[in-house]
Amino acid sequence: MTQKTTNQRAWFLVLPVLALVAFSSIIPMITVVNYSFQDSFGGNEFFWVGLEWYRELLQSERLWDALGRQLLFSSIILLIEIPLGILIALSMPKKGWMASLCLVLMALPLLIPYNVVGTIWQVFARADIGLLGRAISDLGLSYNYAQNAFDAWVTVIVMDVWHWTSLVALLSYAGLRSIPNAYYQAAEIDQASRWAVFRYIELPKMRGVLIIAVLLRFMDSFMIYTEPFVLTGGGPGNATTFLSIDLVKMALGQFDLGPAAAFSLMYFLVILLISYVFYTVMISADNDGAAR
Amino acid sequence: MASITLENLAHSYRSDPKGEADFALRELNHTWEDGHAYALLGPSGCGKTTLLNIISGLLQPTRGRVLFGDQDVTQASTAQRNIAQVFQFPVVYDTMTVGQNLAFPLRNRGMDARYIEERVQRIAQMIGLEGHLGQKARGLTADLKQKISLGRGVVRDDVNAILFDEPLTVIDPNLKWELRTQLKSLHREFGHTMIYVTHDQTEALTFAEKVVVMHEGQVLQIGTPQELFEKPAHVFVGYFIGSPGMNFLPVSVQGRRAIAHGQTSALAQDYGHPQGDIMLGIRPEFTRLTKGEGLPVMIKRVQDVGRYKFVNATVFEREINIVLDAHIEIEADMTKVSLDPDKISIFSNDWRIDPASEGKL
Repeated sequence: MTQKTTNQRAWFLVLPVLALVAFSSIIPMITVVNYSFQDSFGGNEFFWVGLEWYRELLQSERLWDALGRQLLFSSIILLIEIPLGILIALSMPKKGWMASLCLVLMALPLLIPYNVVGTIWQVFARADIGLLGRAISDLGLSYNYAQNAFDAWVTVIVMDVWHWTSLVALLSYAGLRSIPNAYYQAAEIDQASRWAVFRYIELPKMRGVLIIAVLLRFMDSFMIYTEPFVLTGGGPGNATTFLSIDLVKMALGQFDLGPAAAFSLMYFLVILLISYVFYTVMISADNDGAAR
Repeated sequence: MASITLENLAHSYRSDPKGEADFALRELNHTWEDGHAYALLGPSGCGKTTLLNIISGLLQPTRGRVLFGDQDVTQASTAQRNIAQVFQFPVVYDTMTVGQNLAFPLRNRGMDARYIEERVQRIAQMIGLEGHLGQKARGLTADLKQKISLGRGVVRDDVNAILFDEPLTVIDPNLKWELRTQLKSLHREFGHTMIYVTHDQTEALTFAEKVVVMHEGQVLQIGTPQELFEKPAHVFVGYFIGSPGMNFLPVSVQGRRAIAHGQTSALAQDYGHPQGDIMLGIRPEFTRLTKGEGLPVMIKRVQDVGRYKFVNATVFEREINIVLDAHIEIEADMTKVSLDPDKISIFSNDWRIDPASEGKL
């Protein structure tokens, strides 16, 4: 009598989710895959071209240049924001209303929409009317982010540092606060220098949150679009054309659907690969911790 | 090395302490003699750790002075005091090996590399870490980590005193005994002054030559384990030391007799006519069930734990405990409990009174 009856009607219960995921992710994704193997013309005409777009893109200087800029940008961002964030976290007050005030002030830039950040800096850094841009010019330094590639880079980097260093600082602060007081007392008894306390207590204890901070900042800066797009539009020339700006130019500016599709798939794979590397690193760090 | 003297020491965590109640540590005068092993015993929150942190210099006392030998160190930093402290939770430097951990305090003091090497080897051998020197500290078990903490303390040969703040809390029970034995042998070897904070009386009584019992920020008694057991200076000491603790009966005392509800028990000494709230205290170990003499008793429960029988009973509606040897049979007509006159303590307003006033704080 205990024979199980299979009830296929249960499938209806997952149908809404399946439909939602299909329309929001799977079908668009397949469409992109489809586009990447075809050439398109007006009037919805498509021709099969095989791996042509991939071959072309991998040989195009344009893609490699954008990737190079992207990697350089992400590296600079990490090299500035991680140490700066840690430094800020170390110098933040530990308790009291000052600590709360600091936390609120630090969180503010994180709450501003990306395109607003871009607009703020676009105006702020303008050489003719912007507070910052005008001040620098008046100091006798030649500065114009709209014409000089180096100035544009500096502005984009400073903007990103302004926008995102708080995230690193807040994560590091949380990590620091979780260190029991006994560690500092023991270090005092061992006559450890300030540097030794940082090197042997604080840094190892922050390891977990720092991996997360590096991961978040890397992924985010690797996909950066809105802020430089609003600020410089990828210019001057192609100086601040990062991968996603280039992608949008290709897809919507030139309406090259095939190459843009191939581009986005490769972009996606690169991000997936890097995520996987970070994931592995994090898991191995966790295992190290679990062995305690 | 030096003796440690506390002069009129008191501490409050409030910035403007008003009454006694604001003090986490009430006024205290005491000298920790050089080379002795002390235990600081008391329930959680009684001010043990506060006192310890004042001695080690991690905390500045609100009032009073701390002297090492005859040198005032009240304002001196922890490092200047040359104190070693082992904390409740093991503190190790995760990224270093065991050997580097042990060498760390010496390296920070700029010692000669050869000396460090030699010293680390010696200490590692002594505390049973010689097989782990090359290992990373982070993967080790709690007891090995606690040994590292201890090792970092004793590796310096100029240490004035070693302070322990409930060091065995996170250690497995079967390893506690081993570590405690090692502490004792370290003490014999080096003769450091050791102060050991704990709320576990077994730990305190087995470790220390002298035990300091604290309660609500106040030091109640300082004495050998035997003194605490036989002549508790305060009702709390009687209750806190021993398992089960001391039994108390409200009585009135006239000379050599204690009278409760018209029933008389003999006393070994002449107490005169003490005033205040008088309590008679007797250890469960020094009571007997009898058929004739003694106070009327109602037995409620008997637990046989092998070597002993724990008897839970009431005398004049107050609960008391009686400990009997296991071979003693409890019979139905044992309706009285007799108290050993030599072992009776008399307390007035919670403090012990002694006709000869010996053993009093």
